[in-house]
Amino acid sequence: MEPFTSHTGVAAPLRASNVDTDQIIPAEFLKRITRTGFEDALFHAWRTDPDFVLNHPEYGRATVLVAGPDFGTGSSREHAVWALQSYGFRAVLSARFADIFRGNCGKAGVVAAVVSPEVVSRIWEYLEESPGAEVTIDLERCEVRFGDAAEPFEIDQHVRWRLLNGFDDISISLEHADEIGEYEAHRRPWLPVTVG
Amino acid sequence: MGLTLAEKVWRDHVVRSEEGVPDLLYIDLHLIHEVTSPQAFEGLRVAGRSVRRPDLTLATEDHNVPTLDVDKPIADPISRTQVETLRANCAEFGVPIYPLGHAEQGIVHVVGPQLGLTQPGMTIVCGDSHTSTHGAFGALAFGIGTSEVEHVLATQTLPLKPFKTMAINVEGELPEGVTAKDVILAIIAKIGTGGGQGYVLEYRGEAIRNLSMEGRMTICNMSIEAGARAGMIAPDDTTFDYLKGRPRAPEGAEWDAAVEYWRSLATDDDAEFDAEVTLRADELTPFVTWGTNPGQGLPLAANVPVPGEIEDQTERESAEKALAYMGLEPGMPLRDIAIDTVFLGSCTNGRMEDLRAAADVIRGRRVADGVRMIVVPGSARVRLSAEAEGLDRVFLAAGAEWRGAGCSMCLAMNPDKLAPQERSASTSNRNFEGRQGPGGRTHLVSPQVAAATAVRGTLSAPADLDPLTPLAESA
Repeated sequence: MEPFTSHTGVAAPLRASNVDTDQIIPAEFLKRITRTGFEDALFHAWRTDPDFVLNHPEYGRATVLVAGPDFGTGSSREHAVWALQSYGFRAVLSARFADIFRGNCGKAGVVAAVVSPEVVSRIWEYLEESPGAEVTIDLERCEVRFGDAAEPFEIDQHVRWRLLNGFDDISISLEHADEIGEYEAHRRPWLPVTVG
Repeated sequence: MGLTLAEKVWRDHVVRSEEGVPDLLYIDLHLIHEVTSPQAFEGLRVAGRSVRRPDLTLATEDHNVPTLDVDKPIADPISRTQVETLRANCAEFGVPIYPLGHAEQGIVHVVGPQLGLTQPGMTIVCGDSHTSTHGAFGALAFGIGTSEVEHVLATQTLPLKPFKTMAINVEGELPEGVTAKDVILAIIAKIGTGGGQGYVLEYRGEAIRNLSMEGRMTICNMSIEAGARAGMIAPDDTTFDYLKGRPRAPEGAEWDAAVEYWRSLATDDDAEFDAEVTLRADELTPFVTWGTNPGQGLPLAANVPVPGEIEDQTERESAEKALAYMGLEPGMPLRDIAIDTVFLGSCTNGRMEDLRAAADVIRGRRVADGVRMIVVPGSARVRLSAEAEGLDRVFLAAGAEWRGAGCSMCLAMNPDKLAPQERSASTSNRNFEGRQGPGGRTHLVSPQVAAATAVRGTLSAPADLDPLTPLAESA
């Protein structure tokens, strides 16, 4: 995974709460067996609306999404994160993320940064006053900068460490293969198996 | 201080623990399906890794399989490729699979319990958010993303931070005609779609204790709709009676040892939850959703909300948007909402008890003119059992369609979809915009309400139906 330290890019204000993963990517696109090439699927239904934020030319190259609370609810589909990545997004800001979506972001390399609802509102207003403006997501300082303002954001410290270094979880866990084997040797004898 | 059920199961599965680092948790059972696994297997291949424990892994085909012509090749080439990819991956990595056409094929969350693979005290994961279903047995079960699927395939573990715990007490007895589905819809409406975020929910109280395993699965299934990754219910005699004799359940002396251990899992009397919510069961009535998230629900006897009367700005805007999408008039009685399609099925309500309950309502009656009702058993085994009981004939005689097993119209990945603006009463779990087909409008309901709605053509409870005449009863 590529390390993420700090990113500056155009931010898009998505004034909606409870954006579920079916809105981020409808199920019909989940039949594909790749991790890439989902840019056409992102917010598929909403993009038919000319007023949808990403249809405004100022936000066409957006790489930071600023969304309302409860972003990424519903299905566990990691395709939602891949669709955001395919489109070009590197970070999402919200006052609250659904657990699985936020976890998937951390695994796939997208920063899901939690800020207060007030900060989300201030960034929305800033972006709507100056459409196409850039914001900075500084993962080293856990800070979002917009205009003259700088506000802290929250992210799980372990996820932050992995993203800063570009480490992947599987390699880390496999370093403990001996301990996994030790645990396995003492599992309860009646636990079921799926074969035989 | 004592421990909660969730904490006991967690502690029993910690492979390693280190300050400032997530615990490494052992996974007892990993269920996989065609949609969220192809990229995980590809990741293993690219890294030259194998599946650590194929014997703790089970695949089935459910999300995009057709429910008609199931003996023929899948017509949609993209769906067919995905299903064939799962079969090829399982063959390459030695993972057992129940493919379409096999008697054990079905929705992963129906298959695991009916085989007895889902047992108390286990950790269970699947690349599907409704894995919370298995918590009904006192297992710690939760949905994961594809990167985590790859992680579990490679290591049989997951690095995780402990969840917080929330007790949901449902006190008192449920009135006649009020079901597990009504209880969970009421809970979600109370705590909201983000209310359980970061928590494992433990459902407790008399009303929960009195539920069958199937009702408990319906409750735990929709924990994710309240924002919680997992929901649990302490195992008891109902749990053990359900498990005993199932193909993968322990036998003989191991059964006795297992039951003794399972009994020890219940939350200690002096344990403390991080949060607690209480509902009165006797105040509950049949519950349905009116909006586009599962928290937007009300008793069937209520009226569609008037957004102008909602104080909270975010909720008001959300309600306005939902009513526009749903094509509903503020203030109209929910019972006046006319339905085009009734969907009975899904991992929420696609088990035997659900089909029986709906059949009991519709037996001797007819699906209203202009309404289609699709009945999709949760698994091939459920379908076979239902046919052995004659439930298929009850639905067919009423004018409903009887289908093969799968996720079907719950998420419309297969040909079972709503047309734009078509309105459903659905026993599934999500009423998101477009969930059952682009532009489709979904009302979440219980199996009993689904059946009564099919008969009347408007959202209805069984109590709204005219009594059967003796002639109709014999039909």
